[in-house]
Amino acid sequence: MKTGLHPLVMIALVAVVTLAGRALPTWTLSLATIAASNALIALGIVVLARTGNVSFGQGLFFAAGGYGVALIANAWGLTDAVAQVIVGAACGGLLGLVIGPLIARYSGIFFGMLTLALSMVFYGALVKSTALGGSDGFNVGRPSLFGMSFTDPREADFMLYAVSVIVTGFAGIAATILFRSEFGLASLAVRENNLRVEYLGLSANRIISINFLIAAIFAGASGAFALMAQRHIDPQFAYWTTSGEFVFVAVLAGNQSVAAVFVASMALELVRSFSNLYLPNTWQLVLGVFLLGVILFLPRGIGSLWIRDRRKRRISAAAPLTAERGAAP
Amino acid sequence: MNFFLTIILDGLIQASWLFIVALGLTLVFGVLKILNIAHGSFYALGAYIAATVVTMVAARSLPPSVGFVAMLLSVALIASAVGLLLERGLLKMFYGRDEVVLLLVTYAVFLILEDVTKLIWGVNPIYATQPYELFGNIEFAGLYYVGYDLVLIPISAVIGFAIWFGLNRTVIGKIVLAVIHNEEMSVSMGVRVNRVYAIAFAFGVLLAALAGALTAPKISMQPGLSSDVIILSFAIVVIGGLGSVEGAAVGAILVGLARAASVHLMPQAELFMIYLIMAAVLMFRPEGLFKREMARRI
Repeated sequence: MKTGLHPLVMIALVAVVTLAGRALPTWTLSLATIAASNALIALGIVVLARTGNVSFGQGLFFAAGGYGVALIANAWGLTDAVAQVIVGAACGGLLGLVIGPLIARYSGIFFGMLTLALSMVFYGALVKSTALGGSDGFNVGRPSLFGMSFTDPREADFMLYAVSVIVTGFAGIAATILFRSEFGLASLAVRENNLRVEYLGLSANRIISINFLIAAIFAGASGAFALMAQRHIDPQFAYWTTSGEFVFVAVLAGNQSVAAVFVASMALELVRSFSNLYLPNTWQLVLGVFLLGVILFLPRGIGSLWIRDRRKRRISAAAPLTAERGAAP
Repeated sequence: MNFFLTIILDGLIQASWLFIVALGLTLVFGVLKILNIAHGSFYALGAYIAATVVTMVAARSLPPSVGFVAMLLSVALIASAVGLLLERGLLKMFYGRDEVVLLLVTYAVFLILEDVTKLIWGVNPIYATQPYELFGNIEFAGLYYVGYDLVLIPISAVIGFAIWFGLNRTVIGKIVLAVIHNEEMSVSMGVRVNRVYAIAFAFGVLLAALAGALTAPKISMQPGLSSDVIILSFAIVVIGGLGSVEGAAVGAILVGLARAASVHLMPQAELFMIYLIMAAVLMFRPEGLFKREMARRI
């Protein structure tokens, strides 16, 4: 299928964005780091959303990754940024491996609500655990890279930026390849009609579980980045509004383009930090209006700005719902 | 023995206002198929308006009973106006979109209302305690309770019964059920679905705001109120089965009792308990306790 960019072009793009960090002012570096790490978790949500299920509890894996890294960093003195990302991804992934098959039986709103409930259970447990610092959380040291430690804040910021852009970039490339694969197309089919997928001899539950696992791994890695950027962790990582914002980015992006997730995440961070700066008391209001505007004027997400609908026969995102309403007994 | 009675009564008092909030949420979901995240904001709105009205009445040194009635009336008026305005002015534009998109629309409304309440009422806690002494103290089986708390139980029972009766035993209720069941068919039978949507949403907002007004004398109003309430009422309607009045009642009682029990037995497990119950219920009944079976689309 000739849609989108060749993976090699995308690798070049990641390299260019990474090097561009050298020229960017410091405040944009940390902003971009947060945007990239949010994009990573939102990308996971997009992967999962292609099966028709939206998780409102990605904060669970985000926090699991963050806490896992923080505990190991403090206990064993593991400060290497890349190792921390791997640990975070592993923590998220292990949890996803346990929860995914349990949760794959649910769909639609119930899927969302159950994921939300699980992450709130985790949040409640974290708030009450005195060993993990309760609601205040605890601090973690500055990350290093391959044995180099960074004392110059600008260098440290750039290192974090580079690692997060490269990791997120490669996750994006992997997701693009996944989307175009047979498995990726089967995932789309699950969203349209999971019963038919079962009739074709594929297991819809298995497909959902695997996508869930991917989303959990991305979320765990993203938690590791958030930890490295803030050098502090608290239960807010697992709170439902945190998860809500990741869904927010995923919906802003739409599910047509991986690049749109990055653009959406960056746009959200810019809107947030500028309204935080100029309208400190009403930044949520600005965010809300921005969200409404995008949903209203770009119904298929920011990605629809540059991806035109080449496949006209494809059923639009709104179709399943109207079909469902019409066909209800 | 007294210990258990305390837990049960505390639980029922909790359940009474939670039930009213959850009833609104479940009604809006049942009719409009929207899981309304902004529902908690309407609760907070009701509570804040109630506090303002009660304070105004108290400042004119009128009796607290006048304050109580005035607060309920003004909250009912403002809330239904806000509900109609939001549905006609905003939600209407998003009908037919994916349910997750509609969820995010209400999330945006939640964010906006969060700041609007902060702009109007500030960030410091405000109070409306005057009506709380209205019904005195009541002795019940050797336990002393604030009358206001106990009165909430029959009030919510009456509201719940009225909604159940309205839906199941009146013509308007039948029309609403028809819209819930099959929207296209109802349109072709001459039902004004738009009107049903608007009224159902306004009713949902009204119920949330009323619950806020009724609890206002018991609590302090401050930012963060809405997200606590929304998360509780989500748990309730999901336990009960989205869109079910009976489910909201059972869910509210379960959550109320669980909260009261954990406050008395294991204070550190309060938040935890509720979601544990929710997860446990969903494990065995994926659609909640009272969800009616529906034929699925192939």
